Amino acid sequence: MPVPQILVDNIVKTFRIAQRRPGLWGALHGVLRREYRTIKALDRVSFELDPGELVGYIGPNGAGKSTTVKVLSGILVPDSGRCEIDGRIPWRNRIANAANIGVVFGQRTQLWWDLPVIESFDLLRDIYRIESVEYDRARDELAALMDLEPLYDVPVRQLSLGQRMRCDLAAALLHAPSVLFLDEPTIGLDAVSKLAVRDFIKRLNRDRGVTVVLTTHDMDDIEALCDRVMVIGHGRILSDSTLDDLRTRVTRERRLIIDLLDGGQTIEDPDVTFISRSGNRVHLQFDPDRVRTAALISRITAKYAIKDLFVENPPIEEIISRLYDEHELR
Amino acid sequence: MANPLALYTHYVSISLRSQMQYRVSFLLGTLGQLFSTGVEFIGILALFDRFGSLNLWSLAEVAFFYGIVNVAFAVTDMLSRGFDHVGQLVRTGEFDRMLLRPRSTVLQLIGQEFTLRRLGRFGQGAGVLLWATLYLDIAWSPSVVALTVITVCCGACFFLGLFINIGTVSFWTTETLELMNVLTYGGIEASKYPLAIYHTWFRRFFTMVIPMGCVTYFPIVAILGRSDPLGTSLAFQYAAPLFGLLYFILSLFIWRLGLRHYRSTGS
Repeated sequence: MPVPQILVDNIVKTFRIAQRRPGLWGALHGVLRREYRTIKALDRVSFELDPGELVGYIGPNGAGKSTTVKVLSGILVPDSGRCEIDGRIPWRNRIANAANIGVVFGQRTQLWWDLPVIESFDLLRDIYRIESVEYDRARDELAALMDLEPLYDVPVRQLSLGQRMRCDLAAALLHAPSVLFLDEPTIGLDAVSKLAVRDFIKRLNRDRGVTVVLTTHDMDDIEALCDRVMVIGHGRILSDSTLDDLRTRVTRERRLIIDLLDGGQTIEDPDVTFISRSGNRVHLQFDPDRVRTAALISRITAKYAIKDLFVENPPIEEIISRLYDEHELR
Repeated sequence: MANPLALYTHYVSISLRSQMQYRVSFLLGTLGQLFSTGVEFIGILALFDRFGSLNLWSLAEVAFFYGIVNVAFAVTDMLSRGFDHVGQLVRTGEFDRMLLRPRSTVLQLIGQEFTLRRLGRFGQGAGVLLWATLYLDIAWSPSVVALTVITVCCGACFFLGLFINIGTVSFWTTETLELMNVLTYGGIEASKYPLAIYHTWFRRFFTMVIPMGCVTYFPIVAILGRSDPLGTSLAFQYAAPLFGLLYFILSLFIWRLGLRHYRSTGS
């Protein structure tokens, strides 16, 4: 059995948050005697990742996603639990671990704001102690994959969001890390840039075997990239499975979408529930455990005048939102 | 050792280039520094014009103190800006980015900003120092020259230690920074004058609690070839700058404690 590349075993992390009372008296009170509230950001989180996996890590804001990433990258020391990346304990070997991982935050850049892109890259070469030959090769390869060369001389502050994200991805990969943490890499990007970023992540994972942990709120990212999805809420892993398994476990329901010939009709059947209607298109929902799909379709096509019809899985957003509801998140 | 130095040089060149993007601002900033520190010294001249001397210390002697401290402080000031910003870096999450890089945080903070405009202060300090040496009759033996260089270096280390302290405190709170500034900037101002002119309690505080006096006062007494009104021996005067180095090393240890606190609380 191969050794997991990332091992997280019963990690607990609590934060003490100073409570402030409102108003001037509250502020004075806070100076004299602070009251603290403890919150469990991570409550016995465990999982394992094998080399070359591409995992989606999702959950509502404040669920513990970024705390997990901070522990794995050695920024934070957990209260208890075990964690290793390639055999290193991140918070004990911060520097060795940092040289082995790459981290991209979609909301913040790691590039130097006033400098042309290429100068940031050169500085990272020295920060990460990358050999000159290795550096040139890695940089040229990344530049070719994401068409970066035209951006080399542009100061970072003048880049568009999409351009900046491509540069940030490259910056995190110059030192050829074996694990990449991506925190909302597609946030705020236009459709074309989003696709480019997704495509790049996919190729990186497939061709170079880089292990990727992808944190996102964009379910299209998950659907396009991840086989495996971990859902975290209230500091606990609520679900860790393939996307398909998650879907069947949370809801068995399917969507039946019908384009009617005559918009005046309403479809009534004991096995379907009505969801929405726009023009001649009707969205319905049914449970394939209660009625066979084929039987339902033939029943409806016999009864109504139909132009077109198709069956779909409910969108991933709905699955996730149902999972959150089950656990009373939000 | 060579590698951190190479990285630091790279940081400096980058910092200079981004400052040069705003050329006018840099020029005005440097001139402003030169002017404001110049006015400060004119204040001292005015006092001496009125009172002649300061407790047995001549104007040139006081100028020598003033020059050494200002040169040392200017060197620190060019290096230490990053530590002033720790609170802000923590709030914006930039500090986490530093922890994500395979380098010591101290090196990254020193490299964060090389403030060239502090050259104004450096120039003024060097000018005053030169003027003072022309007036004074200093016996420039090799050991005195060495002591002068060591005093400036250890003084800079000591001041850097103070700024690291400020950065460390902001891991816990941002509210006491004003108090810290009283200790650092106030102390630096105080050390521009001979320690012997101050009241006993003040002197003790700046010798034993914060060894500001050790770092500049005692060695300068030896450089000037005076007998110390405080009655210290020549050997002690030569050894005193080392307290600056020790203080710097101590500050690095305290910084590590602060860092440990930060990494276990994440705030």
